Amino acid sequence: MTFLDTISQYNYHDVLARIEAKTPADVERALAAPQMRLDDFQALLSPAAAAFIEPMAQRAHRLTVQRFGKTILLYAPLYLSNECTNGCRYCGFNAHNRVPRQTLTLDEIEREAQVLHDRGFRHILLVTGESPRAVDNDFLAAAARRIRHLFSAIAIEVYPMEEPGYRQMVEAGVDGLTLYQETYDRALYAEMHPFGRKRDFDFRLLAPERGGAAGLRRIGIGALLGLGQFRSEAFFVGLHALHLSRHFWRSHLSVSFPRMRPADGGFQPLHPVSDRDFVQVICALRLLLPDAGLVLSTRESAVLRDNLLPLGVTQMSAGSCTAPGGYTGGEESTRQFTIDDDRTPAEFARMIQSKGYEPVWKDWDRAFMEKTEIGV
Amino acid sequence: MDPLIIAGRRFKSRLLVGTGKFSSNAAMVAAMESSGCEIVTVALRRVDIDSPADSLLAHIDREKYLLLPNTSGARDAEEAVRLARLARAAGCEPWVKLEVTPDPYYLLPDPIETFKAAEILVKEGFTVLPYINADPVLAKRLQEIGTATVMPLGAPIGTNKGLKTREQIAIIIEQAIVPVVVDAGLGAPSHAAEAMEMGADCVLVNTALAVAGNPAAMGAAFRKGVEAGREAFLAGLGETRQQAEASSPLTGFLRD
Repeated sequence: MTFLDTISQYNYHDVLARIEAKTPADVERALAAPQMRLDDFQALLSPAAAAFIEPMAQRAHRLTVQRFGKTILLYAPLYLSNECTNGCRYCGFNAHNRVPRQTLTLDEIEREAQVLHDRGFRHILLVTGESPRAVDNDFLAAAARRIRHLFSAIAIEVYPMEEPGYRQMVEAGVDGLTLYQETYDRALYAEMHPFGRKRDFDFRLLAPERGGAAGLRRIGIGALLGLGQFRSEAFFVGLHALHLSRHFWRSHLSVSFPRMRPADGGFQPLHPVSDRDFVQVICALRLLLPDAGLVLSTRESAVLRDNLLPLGVTQMSAGSCTAPGGYTGGEESTRQFTIDDDRTPAEFARMIQSKGYEPVWKDWDRAFMEKTEIGV
Repeated sequence: MDPLIIAGRRFKSRLLVGTGKFSSNAAMVAAMESSGCEIVTVALRRVDIDSPADSLLAHIDREKYLLLPNTSGARDAEEAVRLARLARAAGCEPWVKLEVTPDPYYLLPDPIETFKAAEILVKEGFTVLPYINADPVLAKRLQEIGTATVMPLGAPIGTNKGLKTREQIAIIIEQAIVPVVVDAGLGAPSHAAEAMEMGADCVLVNTALAVAGNPAAMGAAFRKGVEAGREAFLAGLGETRQQAEASSPLTGFLRD
């Protein structure tokens, strides 16, 4: 049973209608339920729940502290390439955008990685566009091998692969996969991805399962907030997360909620998500998924990130640059999107401490990955 | 009530009944009838499966009840597999309640041998319902290799103590991708209702019926307990409301 079987039982617009029909009584019941059911999750995503944002936040906070303590795991993205053959209408790397294209060499990747290592990062996320000519599995594996001595944990946020590709990543020292479905609305997905390999909705949808089957220890999913209706998108993200956590239970699950930012190409969000909506989504996801990592990137403003910190977030990036070569002074014009929180990692870590939380730089170890004979 | 589906088969009743310990076959049949059950477990070691005249088997209407042979008495995987094969060879449907209980005192299941036997039996095409201690990771490992259910115990067999493993069973239910049968230790209809309220898919009861003053009446009582528990679960239970007392509001920064 794959997530495709599960999602096929739902109609995207019916789900939205059901969420919008929830009443304050449904929300109260959901907040009081000993076990959260999908019906309760829909209530927490409903317009009716807007009036309950504070009790939702209090619960999300308590639950997060109970499961994770007061810690925030820090990570940084490392962009290897902005070459892309896809036509995602919302993305700065869109093949039609006339921006300088660059794929780093292994030496350049190592220099970028060294900068991030020297800033304290031990968890890193390798990001690329989708260009089979520029970046293939062999290249990614070589990149991971080249820099793995610098990091405890390496995740990839790249094009979806077949299972053997993910196995190759695991062998190269990659332990995590981040892949956003962008939107769970098939029709909108087709509209947003007019050409390129990414047009294949199903292949992308099942990629986290292939990654889990290949032995990746961390799986991250999410929807791009601002494309579809946030209430139904969040519902399907939750549904997807539950499916993965039940079927690929050896992998730790995390959920991101990237909100659309201005990108090269000037695409505007179709359904802008307000800060209040955003908080509602984060809290609802935390209440549905007490043990999932919740990830917040530098897309959001410093003020908002500081305020969101106690509401369920467990992982944050800092000092990010979304252009290949950006950490060693590369071309800034090739960014995937504009970041908002531009504090240095050190400043950001101090902010975390000032809030009574611990910034965690290392929460994994290469020893888990390096297979040696121990005679067991 | 919504149907129970195990390995693609639909059942109206969510109560499974065991056939041991009854004072007579007549008392057993009366309890089965009143409980409304559709699946009954039979200890292979107790019956002559080849002989239709076997007194216990002769009393069970196979048209009405799915006979679920169990391997109780098996001390390791090899013995359990052998028993299951014998049952199938004798014409039983290839369904087996896998019990591997090397300890004769508490009859607690051996997780390692159970897993080994399940692997073999699933490969041989059996529909396997493994009896396990309430260990969520073992439950997940078994689901992964293709067992049709998991059957965590509420308390040691025959103790009638109720859901002593409640917290562990709650985790198993939360994470399950196959039906969860709470099996063993349920001594009262309220215990069965509690398991069903938690979201268990069904329960298996034997001793509580067999040793009751009136097994037939107790069968009817358990039937109601199971139905009430299931209906309450589907209706969505609330809990005592805990008001969040915010000393400093977490969402004060939101200004519309």
